[in-house]
Amino acid sequence: MASDELDNEVTAESDMLLPGSETVFYGLLAEYDSPGALLQAAEQVRDAGYEKWDCHAPYPVHGLDPAMGIRSTILPVLVFAGGITGTATAILMQWWMNARAWQWVASGKPYFSVAQQIPIAFELTVLFSAFTAFWGMWFLNKLPQVWHPLFRKKRFLKASSNGFFISVESQDPSFRRADTEKLLREAGAVAVEEVSYTTSPEQRNVPRPLLGFILLTTVLALVPFAFIAKYRTTHSDKPHFYIVGDMDFQQKRRPQSESDVFADSRADRVGVAGTVARGELKEDDHFYRGLVDGEWATTFPPQLEISERRMREGEERFQIYCTPCHGQAAAGNGMIHQRAMAVGAGATGWVQPLNLVDTTAQLNVVRQPHGQIFNTISNGIRTMPGYKSQIPEMDRWKIVLYLRAIQRSRNASIEDVPPSKRPALR
Amino acid sequence: MSSAAEASKFFQGVTDTVCDIVERPWRRMPKAWYIALAISSCAAGLLLVALTYLVFTGIGIWGNNNSEGWAWDITNFVFWIGIGHAGTLISAILFLMRQKWRTSINRAAEAMTIFAVMTAGIFPLFHTGRPWFAVYWLLPLPNDMSVWPQFRSPLMWDVFAVSTYLTVSVLFWYVGLVPDVATLRDRFAERGQKLRAAIYGVLAMGWRGSGRQWHRFEKAYLILAALSTPLVLSVHSVVSFDFAVGQAPGWHTTIFPPYFVAGAIFSGFAMVLTLMIPARYLFGLKDIVRADHIEAMCKIILATGMMVGFSYATEYFIAWYGGNPYERFTFFNRAFGPFWWSAWIMMTCNVVVPQAFWFKWCRTNPFVIVFLCLLVNVGMWFERFVIICTSLTRTWTPSSWHYFKPTIWDGFTLIGSFGLFFTLFLIFLRFLPAVAMFEVKVASEHHHAGGSGHH
Repeated sequence: MASDELDNEVTAESDMLLPGSETVFYGLLAEYDSPGALLQAAEQVRDAGYEKWDCHAPYPVHGLDPAMGIRSTILPVLVFAGGITGTATAILMQWWMNARAWQWVASGKPYFSVAQQIPIAFELTVLFSAFTAFWGMWFLNKLPQVWHPLFRKKRFLKASSNGFFISVESQDPSFRRADTEKLLREAGAVAVEEVSYTTSPEQRNVPRPLLGFILLTTVLALVPFAFIAKYRTTHSDKPHFYIVGDMDFQQKRRPQSESDVFADSRADRVGVAGTVARGELKEDDHFYRGLVDGEWATTFPPQLEISERRMREGEERFQIYCTPCHGQAAAGNGMIHQRAMAVGAGATGWVQPLNLVDTTAQLNVVRQPHGQIFNTISNGIRTMPGYKSQIPEMDRWKIVLYLRAIQRSRNASIEDVPPSKRPALR
Repeated sequence: MSSAAEASKFFQGVTDTVCDIVERPWRRMPKAWYIALAISSCAAGLLLVALTYLVFTGIGIWGNNNSEGWAWDITNFVFWIGIGHAGTLISAILFLMRQKWRTSINRAAEAMTIFAVMTAGIFPLFHTGRPWFAVYWLLPLPNDMSVWPQFRSPLMWDVFAVSTYLTVSVLFWYVGLVPDVATLRDRFAERGQKLRAAIYGVLAMGWRGSGRQWHRFEKAYLILAALSTPLVLSVHSVVSFDFAVGQAPGWHTTIFPPYFVAGAIFSGFAMVLTLMIPARYLFGLKDIVRADHIEAMCKIILATGMMVGFSYATEYFIAWYGGNPYERFTFFNRAFGPFWWSAWIMMTCNVVVPQAFWFKWCRTNPFVIVFLCLLVNVGMWFERFVIICTSLTRTWTPSSWHYFKPTIWDGFTLIGSFGLFFTLFLIFLRFLPAVAMFEVKVASEHHHAGGSGHH
């Protein structure tokens, strides 16, 4: 009965073969109804001394390795070797790039040290190990192999879902057609089938269009590398080849370059008379120049809020810009002056910075209008340089405000202090 | 015999349920899937528009300014890299710990990892301003002055860490996919759908599920899991070095690596739940992705949320106790400075919100879980924003202090990155087995193993 079943299926199978092709017997395929049955059967096939056989299950069945007598794979050893290669590659790469090819100076640290190498050494160890595990597993499993005789069997399609199979190859030295089938059946097979494949030359060869496609893509893939190799090793007097224009091309003329727009061919042009850059008009005379109707302003511009806070801000600016020469108390004896005296500059025409609070001096700054002081800060006077490029207008006004406060305090009498605060002075 | 029949039926049931999502005709795809795909692909289109405009104009279209050079682009990068971490944690660390419940979600979580890391990769590439050069800049190649890259820079480590992470995640994912793709191949072959059988056949590489193949497969899978475990911990540690090795107050701290990793796992689990809860309803996966699996993930969110909260507390304590005036100012500024609102959103969403998972009712109600997970992800995005923005806009020199305002293009890029991520995930659900079928079968083996006689 069993052999009838087999014959029927072989007949059904041979319908799929092309005419003129030759059928080759691959082996037997037995199905089992559960993972437990598969394990028992595997033990029996193993004990019978077969070598070229295998089990097929939709998942790794627990205990199948000992049941089949599989020796542990060499994969972990390969992965270890891959990992070591990764570590060595990382360390060599970092050493060569940072300690040999280009000696990087970073905060005076040594060109080569272990600590700096650890992160990348770790990553490359993992990367190389993972690649070895991935490709090593496929290599040892002899995959990819898209074609296999077992895929000819319709029954075998269950092997990836809920079917459990044992296949025995006819190439196995212990293989005897009838005995092997008997063994598989007695081990509990619910069905045993013959597996065969065809050897017609048309089917074995790679289809010509596919071959052509593979060859063509391989050749095309090499073209960019050929170009890179060529341009790495040759010189050219042609200009750069630009894929993206980038910042190399901007809509502007560089200094001293030629322009074909103007008759004199010069790209450098003087601005058109009366041109004012955006935000640079500065038409408010009072605020920007300290002038009201052509006279020095005697009032602060309305933009400046007169308050203790603004005066304190002025103090901060005053201490940064003014105290080096004029001193903390604006008496004209700052550090620069003291240093000039110390090195004997007084004999060589050193001009002492002005005392800004002295009401008896020939040049009495206390009497000067606010606008004039603002102008002096902005444009300088005698040996003092102008500060308008360093201090914004508002800050210059705050300095004037603060200076007014110092002048007042330096020329004050006891009556100017409110009675409640007088005790603090003593 | 009855137990064998039962086991066979169970295995067939797992296969049918999972493969059905791939095999069903388009008209049987849930409406919600189409709606979600329409919305997310529109958003992904927005990303395309934003990035195209950026390439032709420059990163000036973003709100980045002189003091705030990293802004939203690096915020998004760190956020998306963090999202990916849960996938590797589920697939690798829980695998090594033999947590069987992971099998129902690991495939989707790994896919999420890969899509999240791909999305993250967009930001540093476009942050360079000229992404067509970025590949050349990122590889260890000499520049046009023949100067090689400087390996003391954590940015260099970051390149290696993130690219290794993406590569290893893809390898790990693909190895796990092969036996399941082989299942799809066989099912399409059985129905005579030759084209689809051929496509899945090439992807399955001729997998035959043989005992010898499974032996090496399991070994390789174990090795990849063992490699991914320290890898995933290293990736966010190295990302945190980008900050911790820098000198800015609020960045220069040793707590960053563990703090970043805990935050990454926290946000990643929230994202897994955000994706898987709707998917399990739409595709009838309730018997595979079970309620107790979801509860376990809520507990992990609770645990990692408290780790994150503990890190915040430590940061503030050290800012006070360390006696460094700049550090102290930075943390005062975080809570009460111009970005105070972002710090409080972060605190609320990351520390207060997950406390709800102490209650079983919250861990079992899908609407509550998805809502809380969305809040957690908002909080984790703000964590990265707070770290980057409050520190960079308040460095030592007050003259470089600045405020940061995102532009509409920052917004488009962020929305677009979500669009790309969800689009990729929805396409994945349709075309690849969303649940690791063979692992579900392994995990349930002790219930269903028929016959007798093995240890």
